[in-house]
Amino acid sequence: MSKINNIHVNRRDFLRYTGLSGAALVLGIAPANADESVGISNLSLLEEGHSLSPYVIIEKSGKITLFSTRPEMGQGVYQSIPALIAEELEISQDQYTVKQTGGEKQFGGAQFAGGSFSVRSDYFALRKVGAAAREMLISAASRQWNVPESECYAENARIFHRPSGKSAGYGELAESASTLEVPANPRLKDAKDFKLLGKSVKRQDIPLKVSGRAVFGIDVEIPGMVYASVERCPVFGATLKDYDKSASLKVPGVENVVEVEKVFGVYKTKGVAVIAGNYWSALKGRRALKINWDYQGKEYFNSQDYAASLRKLAEKEGVVDAAVGDFDKGFAESTKKIEAFYETPFVSHSTMEAMNCTAHWKEEGKLEVWASTQVPSDTMRDLTGRYNLKEENVLIHTCFNGGGFGRRLAIDFIIEAVNLSKSIKKPVKLIWTREDDMQSGPFRPPTFSSLKGGISGDGKLLAFQHKVISPSIMAFLNPDFDKTKLDGNMTEGISHQKYEIPNMKNLFVYSDIHVPLLWWRSVTSSTLAFSHECFIDELAHTAGKDPMAFRLQMLTKASDARRVLQKLKEVSGWDVPMAEGRGRGVAQWEFFAGLGGQVIEVTRQSDKSVKIDKVFAVIDLGTVVNPDTVKAQVEGAVVMGITAAIKNGITFANGKTEQSNFHDNPVLRINEMPPVEVHILAEGGENIKGVGEPGLPPVAPALANAIFAATGIRVRKMPFDIDNLTS
Amino acid sequence: MKTYHLNINNKAVRVEAEADTPMLWVIRDYVHLKGTKFGCGMGLCGACTIHLDGQPVRSCQTPVSSVKATGKITTIEGISANIEHVVQKAWIEEQVPQCGYCQSGQIMSAVALLNTNADPTDEDIDNYMAGNICRCGTYQRIRSAIHLAAARMKSESGSREKNLKQSSH
Repeated sequence: MSKINNIHVNRRDFLRYTGLSGAALVLGIAPANADESVGISNLSLLEEGHSLSPYVIIEKSGKITLFSTRPEMGQGVYQSIPALIAEELEISQDQYTVKQTGGEKQFGGAQFAGGSFSVRSDYFALRKVGAAAREMLISAASRQWNVPESECYAENARIFHRPSGKSAGYGELAESASTLEVPANPRLKDAKDFKLLGKSVKRQDIPLKVSGRAVFGIDVEIPGMVYASVERCPVFGATLKDYDKSASLKVPGVENVVEVEKVFGVYKTKGVAVIAGNYWSALKGRRALKINWDYQGKEYFNSQDYAASLRKLAEKEGVVDAAVGDFDKGFAESTKKIEAFYETPFVSHSTMEAMNCTAHWKEEGKLEVWASTQVPSDTMRDLTGRYNLKEENVLIHTCFNGGGFGRRLAIDFIIEAVNLSKSIKKPVKLIWTREDDMQSGPFRPPTFSSLKGGISGDGKLLAFQHKVISPSIMAFLNPDFDKTKLDGNMTEGISHQKYEIPNMKNLFVYSDIHVPLLWWRSVTSSTLAFSHECFIDELAHTAGKDPMAFRLQMLTKASDARRVLQKLKEVSGWDVPMAEGRGRGVAQWEFFAGLGGQVIEVTRQSDKSVKIDKVFAVIDLGTVVNPDTVKAQVEGAVVMGITAAIKNGITFANGKTEQSNFHDNPVLRINEMPPVEVHILAEGGENIKGVGEPGLPPVAPALANAIFAATGIRVRKMPFDIDNLTS
Repeated sequence: MKTYHLNINNKAVRVEAEADTPMLWVIRDYVHLKGTKFGCGMGLCGACTIHLDGQPVRSCQTPVSSVKATGKITTIEGISANIEHVVQKAWIEEQVPQCGYCQSGQIMSAVALLNTNADPTDEDIDNYMAGNICRCGTYQRIRSAIHLAAARMKSESGSREKNLKQSSH
């Protein structure tokens, strides 16, 4: 909410931007005062110099436009965000068009999709905008008809006068409504009267996506556009020495070969771009390049050595993440003590739409960009700063994202395309190949975990320690990052589970790396939940307790985590004994994005292999906007979680990524997908949790715990091959 | 550069292209139909699936020179004019797509499956659709949508037969 941070936009700028002519009711959010609390404002009454994020435009023609600052990458915000306004405005989904914002300053600095933030951030603010518009339209009608407002109501984009039955469309009332003061505290609808919110209404982007009509970044075509493919050094940290472009220039269709700079995190690296009239020619021209790289000594980097270095670093004490009670004393006093070491890999995002961007550097100081991006605001901020451009001279088109998963929080591919267009003075579409996309990174970093736990004589967890050894995303992105301090991103969640543990001391040890790193769906929770929740399982078995009972025993107070586990226990039939050779495992995880838990059932196929039979998933939300979208997100998170658990991760040899495409870095396919049953806990209220990510962290630990139950094999390293298990 | 005469979605198309240009890029960049997607360039993901004479093929592995002038190419844009294909409708009903990028290819494979197997089991679906990757993880819904489409086709053909019988009386 307070993230909406407007800078000046005046009425003239706004009208120019929207192309509106004539009177219209334009309502949006404006910061009311310095503490960044927000109020609803009416554009026509806005004083010069004041700002507004115009989320609703009702034109005299009756046309209604709702703006969304949240890029659609599959998570359903194209439906769920505008629906927040539409619900209160009493309009149905076919009565408005959705416009995606592109980092324009009037929509503030928080135009992005990430961190499972969209719906929970916008839930009340956008409803308030819709409610304010509704009340103003009612007020305009009551004045026009000279009847009390209390006799009027809104429905189906019209205001009705109940006693007489007369009515007027929103378009007819827009002009007079636009002259009214905005109500300070518009009344929000009671949830029992909702027509859209809380309902599994159909998403408006889906017809576009079953007919090939949805425009992703890669689908954009503009007049005069050329295509580009870039050869970059496969060794991270290497530099361009020299190159021979003569053979490339002979490839039919190739127009030009130029150097181009890619900027990401601590790196500025040069690649060689082949420009052609069509993409295939650009690819062929790229294959004909002869390039010499200076490897800078980075060609010796490999995964085995890096993993060994992380294991070595585990001997360090590290910095404290959190401490409760006295771990050392508790551990010493424990009757049974266990220690374990867990490892996880680098993984790629592998969005189905590989990175691409169309950029047009125009005459002096004007730039237009079309991209699948999660971060329109960051893109605007970066490009205006980087090239010293005025915001009004930069136009960003936020396209449908062919998958995001965090990858499109970075804009390295956008900067690369803009650099290219600037250099060749033409509009250019840069398309990364699948190999570029999979090999260049950025990757989700691995975390290694050293764990210790002690059980008391009466079978309770007395002392617990989780030490994380890992590189740091923030250190990669920011060269000034203090590497001696705790990086809370890399210890995410380990000290914030609701388990009541009397003595706990969690630690972090930083490891340097030169490989590009980035957030990935549920980020560090996708690896730490594995080590943490598997070790809790190990402790349960050490204590001779049922893993579900052991967890619930540590959750004596009422909490969302306790409710999630109880729900899981019920829906999975946890207490019903399983046949010989079958097993079930449980895990839950609470972190910045929200809270989810799962029970996974497996059947032993041989001594060393299992089949995944079923996934029971519970997500705790507080309030739900579209239950079917939530289910889809959890189903998808489970698939992505299983892929990360059992399929190859990314490894390095000779300084390069070893995997290149879906044959050696596979993702789960339909024949490998178990049935997923999703249960949503939504008790109402204002504590709204995220949707996109919480379905992922519990997958790997629930699966590994089920494998132990079925086979006795304790898996401590991701990925694990469920067809050939080793402990 | 050579000239190729193609039949795409029942329209005659003339294209000047290099012989080894994959149909994927011919369809996207020369014919400007953007529904067919680039995913992997190696025939591993199925995002670029089109029909050639009714058979599903990976357009990224199909050079333009290999397509006969008599060959009938169908892309996602060609399966119905207004989203009325039974598979498309089932996809909407089951709310299959998330990001949607792979879905043109998924639908083209599903249409081809149902053309050869009107009542596929889960196992049939898994076997046939295993070449199409979805990173968002919509597989469970793809299965349901194919079953739904199959059921609709069955009841439609059933009612057609019934109508024929009735009219013959």
